[in-house]
Parts: sequence; C-alpha cells; structure tokens
Amino acid sequence: MNKYTEDDLREELKTKEYEYGFYTDIESDTFPIGLNEDIVKAISLKKEEPVWMTEWRLEAFRAWKEMEEPDWANVNYAKPDFQAIAYYSAPKSVDPNKTLDDVDPDLLAMYKKLGISVDEQKKMNNVAMDIVVDSVSVATTFKKTLSEKGIIFMSISEAIKEHPELVKKYLGTIVPQKDNYYAALNSAVFSDGSFCYIPKGVRCPMELSTYFRINQGGTGQFERTLLVADAGSYVSYLEGCTAPSRDENQLHAAVVELIAMDDAEIKYSTVQNWYPGNAEGKGGVYNFVTKRGLCEKNAKISWTQVETGSAVTWKYPSCILKGDNSVGEFYSIAVTNNFQQADTGTKMIHLGKNTKSTIISKGISAGKSQNSYRGLVQIGSRAENARNFSQCDSLLMGNECGAHTFPYIEAKNKTAQIEHEATTSKIGEDQIFYCNQRGIDTEKAIALIVNGFSKDVLNKLPMEFAVEAQKLLEISLEGSVG
Amino acid sequence: MLKINNLHASVEDKAILKGINLEVKAGEVHAIMGPNGSGKSTLSSVIAGKEEYEVTDGEIFFDEENIEELSAEERAHKGIFLSFQYPVEIPGVSVTNFIKTAINETRKAKGLPDMPANEMLKLIREKSELLEIDRKFLSRSLNQGFSGGEKKRNEIFQMAMLEPKLAILDETDSGLDIDALRIVASGVNKLKSKDNAVVLITHYQRLLDYIVPDFVHVLYNGRIVKSGGKELAHELEEKGYDWIKEEVNA
Repeated sequence: MNKYTEDDLREELKTKEYEYGFYTDIESDTFPIGLNEDIVKAISLKKEEPVWMTEWRLEAFRAWKEMEEPDWANVNYAKPDFQAIAYYSAPKSVDPNKTLDDVDPDLLAMYKKLGISVDEQKKMNNVAMDIVVDSVSVATTFKKTLSEKGIIFMSISEAIKEHPELVKKYLGTIVPQKDNYYAALNSAVFSDGSFCYIPKGVRCPMELSTYFRINQGGTGQFERTLLVADAGSYVSYLEGCTAPSRDENQLHAAVVELIAMDDAEIKYSTVQNWYPGNAEGKGGVYNFVTKRGLCEKNAKISWTQVETGSAVTWKYPSCILKGDNSVGEFYSIAVTNNFQQADTGTKMIHLGKNTKSTIISKGISAGKSQNSYRGLVQIGSRAENARNFSQCDSLLMGNECGAHTFPYIEAKNKTAQIEHEATTSKIGEDQIFYCNQRGIDTEKAIALIVNGFSKDVLNKLPMEFAVEAQKLLEISLEGSVG
Repeated sequence: MLKINNLHASVEDKAILKGINLEVKAGEVHAIMGPNGSGKSTLSSVIAGKEEYEVTDGEIFFDEENIEELSAEERAHKGIFLSFQYPVEIPGVSVTNFIKTAINETRKAKGLPDMPANEMLKLIREKSELLEIDRKFLSRSLNQGFSGGEKKRNEIFQMAMLEPKLAILDETDSGLDIDALRIVASGVNKLKSKDNAVVLITHYQRLLDYIVPDFVHVLYNGRIVKSGGKELAHELEEKGYDWIKEEVNA
C-alpha cells in the first residue's frame, strides 16, 4: 500500500475540479419524460424482452405507484419529480451486433477521457469490463476468454435474451421488486446493467468490472446487476461510476443482487464518483442504491466501497448470512464535502450457525456536509455462535460538517458475540502544524492524514482501484481546510 | 545562522515574548532555560512559524533572510527543525511513510526529484542504527501508542533524516528515563557539526550533562534575563530560579 501512497499521486493530479464533468455530444435515442405503464412497456419492447420480463416490470411498477419515498434517512433534498425524468436514453450509434472495433469514435474518445479506453482495457491486466453509458451496455471486453471457463459476463439485456432461464431463476430473489421504493422503481424501468455467472468450482481468472456513466441530461440511470457465484467459485467484481457536471439533480437508482452458493466467494468493490454538485450545493447525482447479497453454506461476500461522489447517497450494501459458517464483510470509506449528504452503511443478517460479519466504516466529512453511518446487525434465533465486529470511525474537517452514527443491533440468540467500536476525531491544527514543520504543506498533510485514516479499507481494494480511490480522496477534499 | 532582534509575540492578544534578542552561529549549541510559563515553548513555535502566534514587533533572520513572511513548511525547507515537546499522532501513517513524504516534499521545494527508493532505504537504515531504533518501530503508525521515550527518539530520528541546519529541541528530555535520555543525547551529539546549530529548550539541567551547551540563556517573563556559559546551568540547578526572579524584579 505504501508503495504508491505519496510518490505518484501528486503528479497524476492534474485537474482540481470534478475531473469527469464533461459531456460527450453523441446522438442519443431518448424517451420522452414521464413514467407510466406505456413507458415501462416501451422500455421492455425496446429491449426486445420476453413477455415474462415485461410482466415482471409492470408488477414492479404497479407496486411502486402504491409506495412512498422513504424519509427516514438523515438526508434532506428536494424529492425528485419522477414525471420529469426520461427513463431511457441510449447512445444512438450503438448496434448490439457490432464488435468493439466498430464503436462510435466519439464514444471511444469519451472512454479515453474517463481513462478506460477499450484499447487500454485490452492491455490492462486481467480486467474484463462492461461499460454502461446512460442506459445501455456498450461493450463487454474479454467475453471470449471468460466463456472458455464457462463464465457468463454480459449486459443484463443480453442475458435476458441469451440466458433467460438463469435470469428468471435469480432476478429479484435477493432484492424483490417490492423491497423498497427505489428498488421497485428500478425493477420497473431498469434499462441495463451487468449479469455474471460463475460456474461451479471456477475461480474467475480476472477482475470483472462494470463502468457506469450518466451522459445525457434529464435522464435517470437505473442499472441492475445480478451476479451468481455457483458452488465453490470465486469472483472479484469492480464497479466505477461517473457523471457530467450539471446544474440539475440526476437520479441514479440501482439494484445489485449477489448470490454466493455453498463455498463460493464474491468480492464486490465500488468506487462511486458521481458528480457531487458544485461548491454551493447546486446539482449533483441522487444515488439511491439497493445492494444485497445472499451467502449459502461456507460462502463469503465482501463489499468494499469508496464513496466520494453524489449530492445525496442512500446506500446499504448488505449480506444475508443464510448458510452455516458464512461470512459477510463490509468495508467502506465515505467522503462528503461542501453540501454533500451521505447516509450509508450495511445490514448483516445472521441466520445460519457460526456466521461471522465484519464492518469497518470510515466516514470523512468536510465543508458543510453531513455524513451518516447506519448499520444493522441482526442475529436470528437459530444463528448459534454468530459473531460480529463493527468499527465506525469518523473524521471531521472544519467546524461546519457533521458525522453521525446509527448502529442498530438486534440479537435473538444468546450465544451471539457482537462488538461495536466507534471513534470520532478531527484533523487538528496541531497535526497540520506538525506536518508543516516537517516541510509538508497543508494540502499534502490532509491527504496523508486521510489516507492513514482510510488505510484499513483502502487495503481491501484491488490494486488498480486502490490507486484511483486514493486520488479521488485527495481530489474530493481539496480546499476543504482553510 | 539565527538572529533574533527585539522579538515580541503574542497569542490571542496576550503578550508572551517581550523583546527577545538571540544570536546562534553555526557549530554552536545554545540552551534556553527558564521556569514554567516563561515563554520557552512559544519562542520555539514562533521560530518554526506556527500561525497562532502573532509577531507584534522585532525580526527573525535565518541565514540573513527575514523569515517573517515564510510559512512553517517554507521555514522547514530552509533547514529549521523543531523537535516537539508533544509530538502528535497520525494514525495509519507509518514512521517510514511520514519521513519519506517529508524528505520528498522538501526536495520538491528545492526543485529536486524524489529520492530514489534504494537511497531512501539506505538512509533510513543508517539513521535508525545511529539511534538504536528497531526496524519494526518504523512500520508503526506515527507516534500512536508510542512511549514518551519512543516519541522523542522518533523526533531525533526525523531530525537525523532531514539533516536541518538549525535544530530546536523543545523539552526533549521530558518524559525520558535515563537510558532513553542517553540514547537521544548521543544521537544529537553525533549529528552535531560545525555547519549546524542546536537550540535546547529545557527546564532542567540534566539534559545538559549529555549535550553540553556553549551558551546558556535564562528566559523569564518573555525576556532573556541572563546569559552565560554552561556553568550557569549548574548554578540554576543548585539554586533554582528564584534568585533570577529576585534579580529581575529588584
């Protein structure tokens, strides 16, 4: 970890503003704004989905209409006008039959700006990537290498057509259509996302990666990810997100479902860098995400997230530890600056015997932002010898931000062992002066302190991602201490 | 090297230094002694450029340059080092990582490239041996859970790594047992040369048995009220500070 901490970082930091705030002028095929059954059907039709899928969406839509937007989170924002959003936007030049080499040069230029050009992708070691722009999955690399191992990795739209039996079997089993308001909305209108299936006993030879980007204005992004790791398999999955800088608030409501069968292991890492709004709190993405995984016997799911973007974040990647001896982990760094608000954490539901969960959450608040950790540890009555360890650390910068911790513990079995540790600290003038005195300027000192604070979580990220995450931490906090 | 003229400084409008005059030349060791609250630590913070302290009058010259407008890090880059009385903790940042950052930031300020990794490792090995520092110690989080002795030894280790022109050691002896004191003092002595200078700020004479000063100054109520050779320190040890106070107040 120390190897790249300081050396290369500053050099790579050329841009101080939100780096990914460009908009690429690609002709796109966007639906009219508004949401009703016709729009839901139109999305399904556009994607040439089978009837069962259309029905599934409609069922979700009908449920959604009856639901109310949750307001228990520690965030304040103008509720989105769901009738003012376009629910489908696709770059027009995408033809599903084309290969990577035929992709629109403008799109390729955009990937390049994002630092993920497909060419580069091929050269990069062991990362296969699915790229979702606005609503459509544009390119999936390494498909052939993966298919030799029997691994299916494709956009969910393709999967619905090519592997309907798998999708039908698992979709909505972890996050049901009616799970919550945003999940219901997503189930009705999700336009794309990734599907991944790792067969029995297969160790996925490379990191799988999805890159999400909202490009078109006035649209929402509703991606759906379904990842099934069959018995004894292993996969590490990375997810990255960006959006252009816009004055309006854009909605991102995703659902991620993970299934780890007996003895399987899934590592799911996210670097979320949606546009956070400007320094006055105007614009930015609303990031309302439902992520949940199920562990069967001896299985393990590990969520690692670095959340630096979005105006409002509402996100609780969770594990249902159903199988005996299963393990759930949640490692999180959430940074809020300016007027950003984040309410994030996890749920660890212990159902099986000898289940174990670990939660390490690092919240960093600066500016006038509010950063909340909200976590539930639930021990079921049959979960003999369940164990949980939670650690929630908050770091404050300045006097106008807030850090909040809402831990919930529900234990129905006496043998449970639950530990919770929490700390709150502030970057002190003394720490800064100490660094200054050693020749380290204030900005570098903050980066050093924040990286040290986040180290336990950064260490859990795959190498390529850890470097990016450190850069993001530094960018997100620039100018936050006067 | 260091020349202080009629220095007045205050913190939160409270005057603490009330006209300090001091000159330190290359190769010299000065001790500044004085009772609690006399302004010793303030003096070291003001020289190092801590922002909370306001210089209301007088000047500080370092290598003939008035450093009043320079930030703390710029003063550090010029070769001023302060060994803190209470070094701060930085969780998750190892001793090695911290000193590496400090060295490379200083090099950057001078327009030099980062120190190559092998050179850095060699330097760390050399200096940690000099101060009898265990290698394991270097991978621990900076000052976190360190004993008093470890903290001070770490300060001197950083000094050894950064090779400053002027080292101000603020109460480096406090909280040290006799063995730690001996190691720290011998480290300082080994680092001493004709090109650098040391200012020791201390309440007690005991450190001066190990690091022998060329000059001893007594600070009282924001002024240097008495200066002399090393024998002055012994006199203070014997008689305490009261006779100084009486002399001043008379």
